[in-house]
Amino acid sequence: MELKGRAWKFGHDVDTDAIIPARYLNTSDPRELASHCMEDADPDFPNKVAAGDMIVAGKNFGCGSSREHAPIAIKEAGVSCVIAKTYARIFYRNAFNIGLLIFESEEASERIDEGDQVLVDVDAGVIKNLTKKEEYKATQVPPFMQQIIAAGGLINYVAERIKG
Amino acid sequence: MGMTITEKILAAHAGRDRVEPGELVNVRVDLALGNDITAPVAIKEFEKIGVDRVFDRERIALVPDHFVPNKDIKSAEQAKMLRGFARKHGITNYFEVGQMGIEHCLLPEQGLVGPGDLVIGADSHTCTYGGLGAFSTGVGSTDLAAAMALGETWLKVPESIKFIYHGEMPQWLTGKDLILYTIGKIGVDGALYMAMEFTGPAVEKMSVDGRLTMANMAVEAGAKNGIVPPDEITRKYVEGRAKRPYTFHASDPDAAYAQVHEFDVSKLEPAVAMPHLPENVKPVSEAAGIGIDQAVIGSCTNGRMDDLREAARVLKGKKVNSNVRLIIIPGTQEIYRQAMREGLFEIFLDSGAAISTPTCGPCLGGYMGILAEGERSISTTNRNFVGRMGHTGSEVYLSSPSVAAASAILGRIAAPWEVM
Repeated sequence: MELKGRAWKFGHDVDTDAIIPARYLNTSDPRELASHCMEDADPDFPNKVAAGDMIVAGKNFGCGSSREHAPIAIKEAGVSCVIAKTYARIFYRNAFNIGLLIFESEEASERIDEGDQVLVDVDAGVIKNLTKKEEYKATQVPPFMQQIIAAGGLINYVAERIKG
Repeated sequence: MGMTITEKILAAHAGRDRVEPGELVNVRVDLALGNDITAPVAIKEFEKIGVDRVFDRERIALVPDHFVPNKDIKSAEQAKMLRGFARKHGITNYFEVGQMGIEHCLLPEQGLVGPGDLVIGADSHTCTYGGLGAFSTGVGSTDLAAAMALGETWLKVPESIKFIYHGEMPQWLTGKDLILYTIGKIGVDGALYMAMEFTGPAVEKMSVDGRLTMANMAVEAGAKNGIVPPDEITRKYVEGRAKRPYTFHASDPDAAYAQVHEFDVSKLEPAVAMPHLPENVKPVSEAAGIGIDQAVIGSCTNGRMDDLREAARVLKGKKVNSNVRLIIIPGTQEIYRQAMREGLFEIFLDSGAAISTPTCGPCLGGYMGILAEGERSISTTNRNFVGRMGHTGSEVYLSSPSVAAASAILGRIAAPWEVM
């Protein structure tokens, strides 16, 4: 599978309050959450982002709360994947569990600039910067997480397991 | 090679003799927790799994605490969903308004978590229970849904970092200050995916309330869990309270640690974390002087009896500054009652403070103390991200209860000794 889109660049330690502020957590409706995605980091983001676009950030992306509303908001906003240097652990789990693709790459995190066109070869774990004509390698996804992705998220994985 | 306390608890719940950092293990869950924000998502996911009952209706805790008493219609709908699920599945540990409390104050108090337990909760501050010598960690709603169906979850065994706190705690220094200094030292991702083990003479003398505060903020350093080895102080706390058998684990002398950090607490002053990250820590005397509009004393970090007593000690016989709103939120109904019995409410009311029913409310910018643009709050809560407590142009300063109380009196960030 290949993903292609424009990069939206954010800094280090992007917290879940920036991704989806708690004032909107009185709902779990994905569409409504998406309409406020990244609002406290960039108020225009929900209007600017187009389907397939990517969020590129620094270290510790998704730190703070356990709210799954954060990856849900990103996914529902049409963002095809997140590329960051590192992720906070609960966000990392949540993203795999709900089927939001995320990639860890220090090089990509540093080299990709706002507005760059990026292509991700998901199976190969290769990130291509079409604007700069560069290629970066993403950290290998642990085998167990690959099983969750293959099943289409944790719920399907568990459902299959229960059916035996 | 020996094992750390974290590794031992994970091994015990994986049915194994030993586990190694880095391996993925399937573990039995003693308790799975959700609240009025995270459980509605978990319930929707649970219903997709295709099972008609939860793994054990006594091992799930559902605590509406973030936006209750319902702050608006949408919140009421979410709380209703939680209530409906609890009734349908006969969940014994559902806590309605009037019995509820802030989840991480409530579950230890009610004896629903104990030493040696493995607890997951769809709330990042689930790591609080490490203060009792449990392994506990925050997960998302889908993980909670899976655990409610299976009674198990998967975890990567974390490497451990050992923190040793030497020396005598000076007056006014608390567990909150130690954890803030620690986060200031290692950073908000300094313990990413790792276990933080809190040890040393200063922690050995600390009350359970203080230990819960320290473990509570482990997630603010990116940690998977924070843990204090249980001892006689722990035993006194859990005896007569624990609803299930508990196990005391201890790290082996030859256990392996990724890092060891040592602190001398005897020269430390209370700490303040400046906007907009918990790692921006300064001694209170360096932060003193910054004007404030609001002070909040409460939350899963500092909403327990020790915290309210400390605040009362500072506020007794004094008035809150006319430019400041002081909001005090006891963590549970029991804490509320105890504070009232001890006469703390009289002190708070005389000072001009508002006392709220238990709720997470302002900590996450929910309600009950939202900040306008340009306003500043000192707060005993755990996060000071941009917009955390209201407008993105507002600021939150994190501190202990005595610093928050002294600041409320003087209308600016202040050390407790400035008013005593």
